[in-house]
Amino acid sequence: MITMHGRKVVGGVAAGEALVSHETISGWGGIDPACGVIIEPRHELFGQCFTGKILVFPGAKGSSGWSGFFQSTRLLGTAPIGMIFVTLSTKSALGAVVTRVPAVTGLDRDPCAVISTGDWVRIDADHGVVEVIPAADRAP
Amino acid sequence: MRLTDEEKGMLDGVEGPAVAAAMDLLVRYGAALDAERLCDVRNVATSMTQPSPVKAKLVREGGWDKAFAVISLDSDADLTLPPMRVATCQLQHGFGADAAGVVPYPAQMIELQADAEAFYGRHGVAILATCTPYQVGNIPVRGEHCAWMESSAVIYANSVLGARTNCEGTASTGAASLTGKVPCWGNHLDRNRYGTHLIEVTVPVNDFLGWGMLGYFAGGLTGEERPVIIGDISRPDLVDLKHFGAAAATSGGVELYHIPGITPEAPTLAAAFGPAPVPAPVRYGPAERRAVYQTLNSQGSSTDVDFVLLGCPHASVEQIGRAARALDGRRLADGTELWLMVPRALKDVADRSGYTEVIERAGGKVLAGSCPAMSRAAPTGTRVFATDSAKQAHYLPAILGIEAWFGTLQDCVDAAVTGRWRGELR
Repeated sequence: MITMHGRKVVGGVAAGEALVSHETISGWGGIDPACGVIIEPRHELFGQCFTGKILVFPGAKGSSGWSGFFQSTRLLGTAPIGMIFVTLSTKSALGAVVTRVPAVTGLDRDPCAVISTGDWVRIDADHGVVEVIPAADRAP
Repeated sequence: MRLTDEEKGMLDGVEGPAVAAAMDLLVRYGAALDAERLCDVRNVATSMTQPSPVKAKLVREGGWDKAFAVISLDSDADLTLPPMRVATCQLQHGFGADAAGVVPYPAQMIELQADAEAFYGRHGVAILATCTPYQVGNIPVRGEHCAWMESSAVIYANSVLGARTNCEGTASTGAASLTGKVPCWGNHLDRNRYGTHLIEVTVPVNDFLGWGMLGYFAGGLTGEERPVIIGDISRPDLVDLKHFGAAAATSGGVELYHIPGITPEAPTLAAAFGPAPVPAPVRYGPAERRAVYQTLNSQGSSTDVDFVLLGCPHASVEQIGRAARALDGRRLADGTELWLMVPRALKDVADRSGYTEVIERAGGKVLAGSCPAMSRAAPTGTRVFATDSAKQAHYLPAILGIEAWFGTLQDCVDAAVTGRWRGELR
């Protein structure tokens, strides 16, 4: 198991499978809140669903609709269950707040390099701790 | 985060439950940012009236007060909306009644928005209905702290006007409208307003297309940081910088840039970087320009254009006039539509100046207050669209699932008249 330390953005504990983006994510024009899917055609996660996953990404880009679109995923039941990101901005901070899921940033290692899609991740946001069990090490 | 006595009072409900919910959101948001305190704002640009299925459901359940609580304050409380505490304007939103039957857009959305305009208007929201409030009278002065949404307006306010705003969201602007407060973080602080990257332009950038492509390059290079532009550039006007900023806030998350000698916080190159040394430049030359053009045109395969979109961000009066001159005496191809998006207030100017008549005679439409991306609406059956906006070329394929071509106004008008895309980088 790999452990990383950072700081709380939104408190709480969440555990589940990771969906990792190496590219920044757009909210408005980048996701469809009705189904929790990345819709930007040239994005590496195009067509992938983040619902019920821990979303790991470098940061938010694009429109100021970012937070509103992620808030809609909460209201429509398609939200991720946690967020881990590298670059804190008003978009990602407010987005995590209104999605109301545990979120951390400022980790001591690059989460987008350390975590792979399919890894099991536990966020203890109140203590700023992220634990990762790589998919390869998980019992079948 | 430290709160003043006034702010603590708001949080404790001294000014009622809505202001308390607003302050609660600001405290959660400020903590997420690790902000030290809030700052005072008297100019809020927000999105309250934009119709959506989520909003329609909330209004059915609990009226507009409920929709405001959930969406604009992120609150589950049962509260009644008080008047706006500070000047607040509505940005671009959906289509209005004048678009009914003109564009394919659901009548219930038009009705929902009309209800919203009446409700929020009564509570003190100015319905500017544009992504460019700075074109229709909301022009913050240098150093003024604001709480604005709309990435293209935020970058314009910070960079061209020297005002101070972060790229806020629906909930933070909603909370600011009732409190006159927003976290004092990011662009509000002197230390975060200096350049981080130097871009040296070595290919002439001297027109609308060129400024948009340079913006798209700058955003891709710097992400959420702050580019400084020098080199072979013409003196830009409002329209050029409107396109540059919108593009930089699309390919990246740029909220502030400097052009030494042109934008207000960079009288000199050294001033643009403040106490830091001027970094080595990244070149924007012919190869980089071509790469941006190819990226923006990588989402088109068919040259059969059925839709041309102009006016993103919303067109200036000068751009409306240019479009009218380009279309004067011509006729759109059968099966091809052309929409020009304008601020609500400038539609009146376009009408009175005769531009609307010229554009409509050619078969085009001048549409106020919205855009295809905001309204998720394009002419029925659209498969391939063309635009002179880097931002719209970037987003619309994702939002509407259509192909895109990007070029000059002339390329776009030619495509509208012939139904064929023949644009190329000149």
